[in-house]
Amino acid sequence: MWRAHFALAAFGIFAVVLCARAFELQVLDNEFLTSEGDKRHLRTVSVPAGRGAIRDRNGEPLALSAPTESVWTVPAALLESPQSIAPLAKQLEMSAADLRTRLNEYRGRQFLYLRRQLSPSQARKVMNLGAPGVFLQREYKRYYPAGEAAAQLVGLTNIDGRGQEGMELALDESLHGESGSRRVIKDRLGRVAEDLAQFTAPRAGEDIQLTIDLRLQYLAYRELKSAVVQNRARAGVVVLLDPATGELLALASYPSFNPNNRDSITKAGLRHRAVTDLFEPGSTMKPLLLARALDSGLYTRDSVIDTEGGVMRVGRNLTVHDFRDYGPVDFQRLLTKSSNVGAAKVGLKLGAERVWQVYQDFGFGQATGSRFPGERAGVLRDYFRWGEVETATAAYGYGVSVTALQLARAHAVLADNGRLHDLRLVQGDLGGAVLEPQQIVSPETARNMRELLQGVVTPEGTATQAAIRGYQVAGKTGTVRKVDGDGYNSKRHQALFVGMVPADHPRVVGLVMIDEPTADAYYGGAVSAPVFSNIMHEAVRMLRVPPDDPATFTADAGAESGEHS
Amino acid sequence: MRSALTLLILLVVNMLAAVAVVQAKHESRGLQGDLQTLRVERDRLKTEWAQLQLEESAWANPDRVGRLAHERLNMVQPKAYTVLGVAQ
Repeated sequence: MWRAHFALAAFGIFAVVLCARAFELQVLDNEFLTSEGDKRHLRTVSVPAGRGAIRDRNGEPLALSAPTESVWTVPAALLESPQSIAPLAKQLEMSAADLRTRLNEYRGRQFLYLRRQLSPSQARKVMNLGAPGVFLQREYKRYYPAGEAAAQLVGLTNIDGRGQEGMELALDESLHGESGSRRVIKDRLGRVAEDLAQFTAPRAGEDIQLTIDLRLQYLAYRELKSAVVQNRARAGVVVLLDPATGELLALASYPSFNPNNRDSITKAGLRHRAVTDLFEPGSTMKPLLLARALDSGLYTRDSVIDTEGGVMRVGRNLTVHDFRDYGPVDFQRLLTKSSNVGAAKVGLKLGAERVWQVYQDFGFGQATGSRFPGERAGVLRDYFRWGEVETATAAYGYGVSVTALQLARAHAVLADNGRLHDLRLVQGDLGGAVLEPQQIVSPETARNMRELLQGVVTPEGTATQAAIRGYQVAGKTGTVRKVDGDGYNSKRHQALFVGMVPADHPRVVGLVMIDEPTADAYYGGAVSAPVFSNIMHEAVRMLRVPPDDPATFTADAGAESGEHS
Repeated sequence: MRSALTLLILLVVNMLAAVAVVQAKHESRGLQGDLQTLRVERDRLKTEWAQLQLEESAWANPDRVGRLAHERLNMVQPKAYTVLGVAQ
């Protein structure tokens, strides 16, 4: 019996001792446990994944994530070694007093950023000081090597590295990786004491290749910028595309901003005007209308249209004016002189439904397939509400609003023998399925139109300055009055030129739009055509397009060397 | 007698297993360390690669190349030149 009592008593004593010790640790001397706890933390550390790069068609980077290091500290640990605060502050480019105040303020914390996004070499210098409780954390910073030339196109990410504008937004899903995690035990100084090897590997974001050619993009932006400045204009757009595939080669918009400096961002600069801004196409619609007129069989290119002395009344309120009296015109002369009366008469003969069908078939009022975020489809009202006035004005490009992208795409139909392609901005599957292009006008008609449009660039035409040496250019000018609150404003214009090179087998289709030029000239032929010529002159060289007429070069070179000698 | 033998064999197997566990643990720790080193190395190379790309695109910026050709090398865009077609 005594043995049982003895055992019971012994257990009783153990229990009392345990309780006393627990009481001591928890209540009387809890600092000990706290400090022991502080020495070891079970932490899940996030391992950031890099965001995919955006590249041009040749692999040149347009947006690139580079790892940077952010310096952080455990304030209490750093305060224990006051002698290292001053050199650390110097290395971080802040005053020692400020640093000390901040450390004291956040002394109870386990984590405090000292400086974010340092370059790895700067970070190495900081770590070489050997200050206790100072650590680095990897963060990715987004760089945009193409700068302002492709700023709205490439877009921006926000502070958390998610797409916010442009292609960064459109392709965010693919570009964004997934960060991984590690379970680790950290000591009091925040050092990793033990890696528990429960590791989820980060999944890096995908790299994405655009159809843009960075060389052409730089070129287009440079010429656009200087044209907008020279003409004291408000804004401008350049679109270059490959008519055989619908791939966009350059897409420039001015004003712009420097994406590497967020202070330079303005609302006006952020918008990509080629996709978001609507305007009336004006005379640039005429070739499309005439192409359909040829296809309808109602006209041939030699049909003669009486322009009624350059003034024609339609319905009760509309008077159509030509710049001057062009007399009777055939299709060649109608385009070369850009006769509104001629176009209106063709439009009225075709009738509302067929004029509306021209817009519809050439892709106006619909998205172009570029997948650019915020792309507008424009406004194309139903034809059964069109009277004579609407039909006549639509025939010379008013009353309908379109984007620069739509207009360039429509003219590419003439360049690719009557076939309408979806535009592409992203290569591969992400750019969407490649659909069979639609035949909008006959190949014969498209060829005819290209021939007629060469007349526009001759000395008799409206766009002499669009010419390029050695190459045949086909194109059309447009000078559009802008709409104010109370109707068309005679002082505010948009100068347009849409063209293709070489006219026989176009390799590039280009559109130039200058918004509100206020220097001397405002005509499309005077303002936009020279920009087109400057860009195309270099573009054909970069794309190695053989000249139509090598003799021009040889002859000129001969003549020039003759002059010099 | 037979059960004692079985016990002995089990004991030996147990010892061997224990040693193997220790060895595997040791090896795993070593490999874990190597992995960590390699990860650091990979990150360093990634950083360097990104920086080299950025540097390259800054140097090769067409505007910069054009300006240097123009200003430092006095190069000009020829106004007229001969284009010769090469038959393939």
